[in-house]
Amino acid sequence: MRNLLAAPVLAASLALPLASPAFADWAQTKAEAKGQTVYFNAWGGDPRTNAFIDWVSDQMQEKYGVTVEQVKLSDTAEAVSRVQAEKAAGKNDGGAVDLIWINGPNFLAMKEAGLLHGPFVSDLPNAKYLDLSEGSAATTDFTVPTEGYESPWRLAKFAFAYDAERVSDPPKDMAGLLDWAKAHPGRFTHPNPSNFMGASFLKQALVELAPDPAALSQPVTDEAYAKETAPLWAWYDALRPLMWREGKAFPENESAQAQLLADGEVDFAMFFDPAAPAAMIEQGVLPPSVRVWVPEGGTIGNISYVAIPYNAAHQAGAELVANFLLDPATQAHMQDIRVLGSFSVLDPGKLDADAKQAFADLPTAPALPTLDDLGPTLPEPHPSWMTKLTEDWAQRYTK
Amino acid sequence: MRLAGAILTLVIGAPVLLGAALTLATGFGWQPGLGRVALGWEGFAEALAAPGIFTSLRLTLVTGLGAALLSLAASIPLARWLVTRQSASRWLTPLLAVPHAALAIGLAFLIAPSGWAARLISPWATGWDLPPQIVTLGDPWGLSLILGLMLKEVPFLTLMTLVAAAQRPVAEQMAAGRALGYAPGRVWARIVWPQLYPALRLPVLIVLAFSLSVVDMALILGPSNPPTLAVRILRLYGAPDPAQAVPASALAVILLAVMGASAALWMVGERAVARLGKALIRNGHRGASRRNWSGAGLIGAGGLLAIGSLGALILWSLASFWRFPDSMPADLTLKRWASADWTGPALTSLTLALISTALALILAMLWLESEDRSGKRLPLGALIVLPLLLPQIGFLQGLTTGFLWLGLPPGPVAVTWAELLFVFPYVMIALAGPWRALDPVHLASAASLGAGPTRRLLRIKLPMLLGPICAAAAIGVAVSVAQYLAVLLPGAGRVQALATEAVALASGADRRLAAILALMQAALPWVGFALALAVPAWWHRNRRGLRGGVA
Repeated sequence: MRNLLAAPVLAASLALPLASPAFADWAQTKAEAKGQTVYFNAWGGDPRTNAFIDWVSDQMQEKYGVTVEQVKLSDTAEAVSRVQAEKAAGKNDGGAVDLIWINGPNFLAMKEAGLLHGPFVSDLPNAKYLDLSEGSAATTDFTVPTEGYESPWRLAKFAFAYDAERVSDPPKDMAGLLDWAKAHPGRFTHPNPSNFMGASFLKQALVELAPDPAALSQPVTDEAYAKETAPLWAWYDALRPLMWREGKAFPENESAQAQLLADGEVDFAMFFDPAAPAAMIEQGVLPPSVRVWVPEGGTIGNISYVAIPYNAAHQAGAELVANFLLDPATQAHMQDIRVLGSFSVLDPGKLDADAKQAFADLPTAPALPTLDDLGPTLPEPHPSWMTKLTEDWAQRYTK
Repeated sequence: MRLAGAILTLVIGAPVLLGAALTLATGFGWQPGLGRVALGWEGFAEALAAPGIFTSLRLTLVTGLGAALLSLAASIPLARWLVTRQSASRWLTPLLAVPHAALAIGLAFLIAPSGWAARLISPWATGWDLPPQIVTLGDPWGLSLILGLMLKEVPFLTLMTLVAAAQRPVAEQMAAGRALGYAPGRVWARIVWPQLYPALRLPVLIVLAFSLSVVDMALILGPSNPPTLAVRILRLYGAPDPAQAVPASALAVILLAVMGASAALWMVGERAVARLGKALIRNGHRGASRRNWSGAGLIGAGGLLAIGSLGALILWSLASFWRFPDSMPADLTLKRWASADWTGPALTSLTLALISTALALILAMLWLESEDRSGKRLPLGALIVLPLLLPQIGFLQGLTTGFLWLGLPPGPVAVTWAELLFVFPYVMIALAGPWRALDPVHLASAASLGAGPTRRLLRIKLPMLLGPICAAAAIGVAVSVAQYLAVLLPGAGRVQALATEAVALASGADRRLAAILALMQAALPWVGFALALAVPAWWHRNRRGLRGGVA
């Protein structure tokens, strides 16, 4: 295990070009990883992602003799609390979690509690394809600097899905959504805000409705919170009684809501992956008439990361997987709508001609939006906003 | 004898007590790993300050007490109807064998506003082109949850009533009552059933404890905002902040208190009902001699729901796309069965079931044989009921921490041990009766022919008890495959069994995948029971007196 105290120093070196000792280390990492089984703790609610991780496992086995075993979480927080429980029990090595698909508050919680291995991103040979300049999207997770403690792997961006056979007039923005709900009571819902997707819906509305969106990038204060969220709650109080089950019950997560859309119980679903509806049509989960729409001003977006716990039993194997995920061939395979359809995290300017062609050759689909359709990507609020927003929501609406 | 007692106490009793003690300590703020050792009530204050906590408490009480009470009430006419219909009562076993999660998923597919039931009658009878805006699944009153619990608990209590009735002269008492001019329903409810109730008290309390603390069914059928106490506790244990384990454990302690209070309330209720019953018997009213339809009606309603749930699972597992309000999927295909990864979780569940059941059988035989050899009963009855009467969520998380301290990391071994805590009591209960009832004449003859205790065990007891042993094993397998929390918590996500995968997928987008896993979860126990019938029949194919198997 590497010294956690060295973190700031190593983080500072992130922007420096890769020196040769790193590559010597990498050969050693590869040797160490051979034969390891990496327990990849990833949210398991999406069969396409699960299938992709299976593919990663096959590739890792073939290329490096590393087995990847997905631990399917129903919530990423499960893996975080697992590591915390291990620390609480004094288990400082040989931990059960090797690699976590992580984001935002979970990353912040683990980083602040010193539960992460690293910084390791600059050690990965494929990091050269990333834009790692300070403040870039690939080094900022919900406004929190990643400092090399987590490695990007897929781009996430908020998008709505609707059934074009039933909805001919999708709203233009969140304010328009309220008008739509007035005309179609009981046909809209969002996942429970205790779930990531439900919280994202509230954040998207907050970003659109806040008087001063710039205030959201700062850690939340009571004063700023009261001011910025006032229009949000007024809007939500008007919307809620018009929702599915009068806003008294909510689907557990985005998948459950997609099922409601497929069943015709509601007319909208929402995803943090604009390619998800197209892929779900392909799988026969959603009807072929489903399309994507995004509010006109753009939607919040972020990059999904993988992190390695400080006590992971198979750190070398985990680093190898993180590196493999950044391989241009892997990223192009991932962006293929038949596979995952997740947009790549690599910097197109850093790719060579072959890699660029691989991305250009990917197939398209009617429900698959182009990058232009999706509009601008709005920055995520600081994670403290999400925590306070979801707590406040529970106080207001869980009776 | 002493050794057997020590082994059983260590393997079954100690983990339950260790887990419960750690939960209690954590509830009072004891987290030595995080450097917190000062005890206090803050966890309780925090737990009780959570939004909607009293709604959760009310929900837990209503669903727990409601399911237990209604199940018991439904089992009374059902048992009367079945007591004279041996062949019909055989149908209880397959329903009993269906794991809770699988049944809940099927029921959810059936009764949702867009479920199969609504699809079957739409739009021709209802005019619904879109699912109706009515509240069924996850209703805020917990009625769907109560219904799901009843589908599992009514067969269990009915079977327990029939077992108790088999040991009493029921036919004679019924005849005597009818000769005195009482309606048969009255004789059963006021004369026969009260005599059977003492044998039902423990099963009823197990049902009560289970209903108050069930997690998998509550996740699928219960309301979610807020959910029941047990689901709340699970969510808190899963929160990213480890300090949340304190309010989680405090809530678990509160749940334990709720359970104790409910059991006490139940016992008080028993007395009140007994008094009322006596007064009713003394008044001498005979009652109208109407035909009793309620038993058949209940069987019909329950059977329809069970078959509908199973049918919904089968159809969804074969559906390509199934749009509302089509009563059947557009076309049926085996594609999803071929592409989905259900073999991994199925093998895991099978392995866990075989190992935990084998261990449970060995422990049960160790207990029974050491009783036979010493001639004394082991005073360990509490061992059997403790894991069944405590809320699972109240000690399994504590046990997972305890296992870690003892150097047993989360994984298959920890899960097997945790499952054993629940498999053993049922295996023991199933085996103890036939074992103790074995005619000692055979053993005496063997002994007189010079066979020692080991030879008597291997050559007489085990072969003669093959049927009951297979039946106990089938029950063990069914209990093991149904375990959800015992896989989720001690497995820490590393062990993916059918129960955990099915429950996780129940809130996922692909209903077909959830249906496949639920069907597999239901199929394993059925295969177990079928084998429990077939193996002894084949083994004893030339021993007419030993044929039979599952009673």
